[in-house]
Amino acid sequence: MSLITAENVRKDYQAGEVSIAALKGISFEIEPASFVSFVGPSGSGKTTLLNLIGCLDRPTGGKLTVADTDTAVLDRKQSAAFRGTNIGFIFQDFNLLPVLTVFENIEYPLLMVRNTPAEERKKRVNALLQAVGMIEQKDKYPDQISGGQKQRVAVARALVTNPKLVLADEPTANLDHTTAYMVIDLMKKMRDEFRTTFIFSTHDQKIVGEAEIIYSLEDGELKDRQAKGGKNNG
Amino acid sequence: MGNLFKIAVRNLLRYKRRTLLTASLITIGIVFVLVFLAVSGSFKNMMIGQITDSMLGHLQVHRKGYVASIDNLPLNLNLKAGAADRLKSVLDQQSEIAAYSPRIKFGGMFSNFVETTNIRLVAVYPEREFSTVPLLPSRIVEGEKTLSRGEILVPTLLAKGMGVKVGDTVVVVATNKDGSVNGRQFRVSGVVEGVTGPGGRDGYIHIEDAVELLRMEEPEVSEVAIRMKDFSKLHRFSKKIESLLSGELNKQGKPLFEVHSWEQLTPFYNIARMIDMMTFFIKLMLIAIVLISIMNVMIMAVYERIREIGTIAAIGTLPGKILSLFVIEGFCLGIVGAVVGDIVGIAIVYILNLSRITFDFGQQKGLHLSATITPADLLTISVTVIIVSVVASLQPAFKASRMEPIKALRHV
Repeated sequence: MSLITAENVRKDYQAGEVSIAALKGISFEIEPASFVSFVGPSGSGKTTLLNLIGCLDRPTGGKLTVADTDTAVLDRKQSAAFRGTNIGFIFQDFNLLPVLTVFENIEYPLLMVRNTPAEERKKRVNALLQAVGMIEQKDKYPDQISGGQKQRVAVARALVTNPKLVLADEPTANLDHTTAYMVIDLMKKMRDEFRTTFIFSTHDQKIVGEAEIIYSLEDGELKDRQAKGGKNNG
Repeated sequence: MGNLFKIAVRNLLRYKRRTLLTASLITIGIVFVLVFLAVSGSFKNMMIGQITDSMLGHLQVHRKGYVASIDNLPLNLNLKAGAADRLKSVLDQQSEIAAYSPRIKFGGMFSNFVETTNIRLVAVYPEREFSTVPLLPSRIVEGEKTLSRGEILVPTLLAKGMGVKVGDTVVVVATNKDGSVNGRQFRVSGVVEGVTGPGGRDGYIHIEDAVELLRMEEPEVSEVAIRMKDFSKLHRFSKKIESLLSGELNKQGKPLFEVHSWEQLTPFYNIARMIDMMTFFIKLMLIAIVLISIMNVMIMAVYERIREIGTIAAIGTLPGKILSLFVIEGFCLGIVGAVVGDIVGIAIVYILNLSRITFDFGQQKGLHLSATITPADLLTISVTVIIVSVVASLQPAFKASRMEPIKALRHV
């Protein structure tokens, strides 16, 4: 059973009187616990696709099913609840809340989205802090840690609710290569440990190679699918 | 909820200077209102106290129609002895009454054997009058602070104008209700200071002298002034007395008595109302200050944190919780402003009272300012400020909660 099924998904944007097609009818399936990358040049539709999968936006046409849910039927509140339950996000700019410590940033989704009891929250956050190697920095604020550390905190935050899927839009764009590899390795390790599907977008060719399944997007169309080992399903 | 407060407070502390400025603005507004309320309240209470305790009493009962003609001092609208007795029996049973004083009011001619002028007189039982209007003895600026039969308390201006001194003999000539004229000699026992307001320049004689002078066959009463034990229960008691006396009808089947509280008897009530009106507008200004400053700061807070709003919305925070986060920030600002404003306001009022500031009211000089803030005032103003703070936060908070996460995340 696929975690994500896209059937002829289209997304058009209206710019004044001109309609711009960001996604021109793409179809694919992603299995649970996959480590997937969408690659392509700027403007190819990577971010648009991740936004649709993440229920941050709705497709103009076609059908997109995530975790057995047709994303088009969700209203604003249902979308928020669905994201809180099923999806974790990792952002290019880390997007940690500056007024919260590392611990509190990771704890935030459990506290504000899931209403998890305090004891359970503490246990889970500490486990993730250990897993991402940030236990020593747990009381620091985001402006007191490095970019790589911030992204590790973001990974932990994305995983803390035990989501089925983690979406990462250009997660390494603001990191140097060594740190970028460390973050991708961490994501992979987390996938192995928690059996969570990771989907990330990137245009960094070296990082792309770390993905097990690579979808190539170009001009809003899916051009290629490569599975690890060179299998081409495009 | 505690966590929402924690995040809200930390967000406020993020922009310390702005938060401090906004809270200071609210604080200054509250201090201004509290001090104004305390000072104007003191002036108002002093004014009411002077008027009620010097001459009017808290309530007055007259024969129906008397007050409409009060400037004429109509003797034909006095309460007859029977009606006055019935009124007395009702008043004697009221535990709320501290004292009451029957009065006969009339006009006459005042002569020092050299000059003659007109005078308005209030005839009273001195002890009862002094109990009902306790500031009256303090108005007797010359002579004894008593009044016996055959004696008269002359108003200051009249005494000065006629060159009358304590111990002098004077004559009062008055026309009774049948039109016959009678005169009587009095010894000037004292000079009574005038006060601002109706009846403030009247002289005083003993009621039994008035009965003789006016050749009343039986003692009549122009008005009964009443002093209450608890002034705050005035209106409730006024209604009660009115209902108790409503059964007393005249020969035409209409009510025999009319009851008036001090507000209906003096134009100074309008000044008291003007003070209340000014206080109301000052409060409105405070509301405007709080509303604008909180709204301004919250609009800025939302604008500066659009990406954060996008992040927490993307993570799955429900719109209601995002709204709560911003509303709580406004609430906290309101609370801080209110608490600090209350403390500073109380301190300033305390200092004002220590300074023993004096002011004049009419002919009363050197009245001490006694500024007070009641817990009810503090509570009302604080609660108003907090509610307004929350209301002012609602629009920006609502905007934040309705933000599309995708647009918010793209915001630079």
